[in-house]
Amino acid sequence: MATKNVDLRHFTGFKSLTLLCLFLLYAPLIIVMVYSFNDSNSITRWNTVSLRWYYDLFYGVDAPKFKTAAINSVSIAVMAAISATVIATMAATAMLRAGSFRGKSVSFALINLPLMVPEIVTAVATLIFFSAIGFTTGYLTILIAHIVFCIPFAYLPIAARMQGIEDVYEQAAQDLYATRFQAFRLILLPLMAPGIISGFLLAFIISLDDFIITNFVKGAGVETLPTVIFGAVKQGIKPNIMAISTLLLAVSVGFVALSYFVGRMGEKANPTTTKQGD
Amino acid sequence: MSKDKEISVDIQNVTKSFGAFTALNGVSLDIRDNEFFTLLGPSGCGKTTLLRLIAGFEEVTNGAIHLYGQNIADLLPNERPINTVFQQYALFPHMNVTDNVMFGLLRLGHDTSKAKARVGEVLELVRLSDFADRMPSQLSGGQQQRVALARALAPSPKVLLLDEPLSALDLKLRQAVRLELKQIQVQTGITFIFVTHDQEEALTMSDRIAVLEGGRVQQVGSAREIYEAPENKFVADFIGETNLIDVTVSNVEKRKGSCVLPGGAQIICSAAEGALVGSGHLSIRPERIKITASGKGMLEGKTVRHIYLGTDLHIEVSLTSGSRVTVRMQNSTQIKIPNVGQSVGLDFEASSARLLVD
Repeated sequence: MATKNVDLRHFTGFKSLTLLCLFLLYAPLIIVMVYSFNDSNSITRWNTVSLRWYYDLFYGVDAPKFKTAAINSVSIAVMAAISATVIATMAATAMLRAGSFRGKSVSFALINLPLMVPEIVTAVATLIFFSAIGFTTGYLTILIAHIVFCIPFAYLPIAARMQGIEDVYEQAAQDLYATRFQAFRLILLPLMAPGIISGFLLAFIISLDDFIITNFVKGAGVETLPTVIFGAVKQGIKPNIMAISTLLLAVSVGFVALSYFVGRMGEKANPTTTKQGD
Repeated sequence: MSKDKEISVDIQNVTKSFGAFTALNGVSLDIRDNEFFTLLGPSGCGKTTLLRLIAGFEEVTNGAIHLYGQNIADLLPNERPINTVFQQYALFPHMNVTDNVMFGLLRLGHDTSKAKARVGEVLELVRLSDFADRMPSQLSGGQQQRVALARALAPSPKVLLLDEPLSALDLKLRQAVRLELKQIQVQTGITFIFVTHDQEEALTMSDRIAVLEGGRVQQVGSAREIYEAPENKFVADFIGETNLIDVTVSNVEKRKGSCVLPGGAQIICSAAEGALVGSGHLSIRPERIKITASGKGMLEGKTVRHIYLGTDLHIEVSLTSGSRVTVRMQNSTQIKIPNVGQSVGLDFEASSARLLVD
């Protein structure tokens, strides 16, 4: 009896509060998803189920605009995620494997600070920076900005994974005549692979979804998916916006799920969590 | 100095400090070629630190380590012909047994076919030929331990370091592996430096043992020397069990001490180096004491209790002077066990007693 009262599930109103939260979080998304399959020009009145607006995305009047934006988005996301993952892997190696060095805690703060800085501030600062050094805004400025803000997101899963790998494996490798670099390449890197993949996927999705910073630094004429959607919405919401939003949502959910499962797969095979007590 | 050739690892006055903490304090040891040498001591005595200094994972604060006459201070771990069996084995989890064992050979530049042949050899040596394709996670603790040994032996190092490699195994397995390890050491002719806190392990395998405590070497010698002739109280107490009896030392001459026992009886026994006239401690192993009728032994006391140990019995006797003495006797039907509370005499040979330095 006593334990039941302590259990959170038995608090008064727990159930209704939960349902309310879930409703507020997910109802809008579900409505957008459902109405993206609506065969009607109205965004609110339901007609019949069809793929009309998906067809419109690929072959309608707006198709070329969306296609260019999608190519920009994906190519930037791939390059930004690769660069950020490489930099984050090097940063994690320095932070976790180089022993203690001067400014270690400062470095840790500097790596993770972008997560705490309001995005709008970063956006404005980045824009001012680019114009101050006379850099023409466009595709390249988006890419550079994306690489920068993706680093902390890539760093988190990579560092978490590396922290879980005891350095005795690298010591064993060095003891067996491997140089420090060979120990890194042949032992640490393969063991870290799940963290690195997870970090890459996270960085990819963060880049793909970014609106605020992109909107500031993109300059005229270059659009990514989020900015092109925003532009379209300003001219009135057409149902094809719901279709493209649903596609973007599906890609995001897919990648986040993949990132999660890769991370978990790594944990299961994690050498330090299996075997051995002593 | 023809003896120089025989020295494998020469540790000269080595001190290692971590900040304010001194892990090793002026340690000097000559480890001979082809020797099974054990560093024995309780946790925190510095034995693992010494091993890491030899492997090259730490740098000495003071002193020098020579490997077959060469100072190895400036060599990285991968430049030292020394391999280690780690306490947690540290098998590479993403490689199968063959690739684990082959790792060192490939780094040394052996070609794959030669390396494969060598892997087959060492796997046979540790009786794991059937497991060559398994992943480490598919092996039992004992098998993992043998892979770790094979991996460290494969490159034929000049010195093999073993950091408590048996501590994660259960008792039965540990006892079997001890003999096997010793046999492999004899077979390969490699110098083994074995770290353990288990005195039984040290006694059964080692050619020589160094007892470490508080970052200092307490005593170096064969198993028999260390057990029979401990130099101080720590060594006597740490290696096996012993009874320490307060005595008055009346004379010390040529490492023989004349002592007066608590009951007044006198004996002349061997004395540790540095033993002085005055009050001292006599160490007598429990199995060297016999229980006799009251008044017929060197010491007098009353039986306090029996402890049943299977093959043996421990009889605790409270001396008239107040201190306790443990007597170990075989659990045999022919031996009469004194009742609790009975007055008994305790007898022992003078050669079984050793006068210690505090």
